[in-house]
Amino acid sequence: MLNITLAHVLTLSSLLLSLGVAGMVLNRRNIIAILMCLELVLLAVSLNLVGTAYFRADLGGQIFSFFILTVAAAELAIGLAIVTLFFRNRGTIEIDAADLMKG
Amino acid sequence: MIPDLLFLLFSAGILAGGALVALGKNPMVGILGMLLAFLNGSGLFILLGAEFLGLLLIMVYVGAVAVMFLFVLMTIDIDFAALREGWAPYLPLGLVTVGGLATLLILAVQGTALNVGTPVVNPEAPQNVVALGQVLFTQYAVPFQIAGLLLLVAMVGAIGLTHRPRRDIKRQDVTAQVTRKRSEAVVLTNPATGKGAYPDHWVGKGVEKKR
Repeated sequence: MLNITLAHVLTLSSLLLSLGVAGMVLNRRNIIAILMCLELVLLAVSLNLVGTAYFRADLGGQIFSFFILTVAAAELAIGLAIVTLFFRNRGTIEIDAADLMKG
Repeated sequence: MIPDLLFLLFSAGILAGGALVALGKNPMVGILGMLLAFLNGSGLFILLGAEFLGLLLIMVYVGAVAVMFLFVLMTIDIDFAALREGWAPYLPLGLVTVGGLATLLILAVQGTALNVGTPVVNPEAPQNVVALGQVLFTQYAVPFQIAGLLLLVAMVGAIGLTHRPRRDIKRQDVTAQVTRKRSEAVVLTNPATGKGAYPDHWVGKGVEKKR
């Protein structure tokens, strides 16, 4: 039987982060899917911090995770507002349609 | 023993949810996968001694974020399957990048320095919520206030971005009423016989000149 250590938590969070990045690559044209994958990446980072806070017996990681949660909520509200606006103007949520600046 | 089993269970749930988000064809499936991942993540947070954050994760993500995603998905009428087409050319590069990233990260955390086990829990230590409050409102008071300001800015920004003022209804404009001058509204005139009471400069502003 394994005994969970910090390395296990960090491995899990690495896998979750990679999964989130892979989702961004696979759904690279769909803004909503990219936002969802971004949430996965942020969850991975939070998991990292909370795991470290637990095994090092330091509350700082939890505080930082708290702020990540705040920023994620704010980012998501603005992001979804922009998606709604983008759909209203362009009739699609495809990322390739955002080419007004020729980037 | 039981914490280890719970850890495995929650890890499997998180990874399954993440796989649903990343690989699901339907964004509704993706939202459900996100919910699965966050519910299991909150269980893992509680397992790792962060009770407040675990409950907060349920409240914020399951209660607010998922509903927000559902609202946006409901209002957007689009063929999501068509959006997924054309990812095959990016697969090799993506696989190399993501696989390399995952391998590097996992190799990096296998060092012995991170192989620390369960810490000794001090029975005198206050509850998680109490301990969090003791530092959040003292040591981290300024970041806490800034976080509140950030949420306010995000709320105002989201409303400002999506708000559409209606132009097809008449509304009372208090500013226009207050700044209106007497000279724009009242005209004292002394009409000549047979010419009518309308002065010349009213003509064209919705007033027909009567002769």
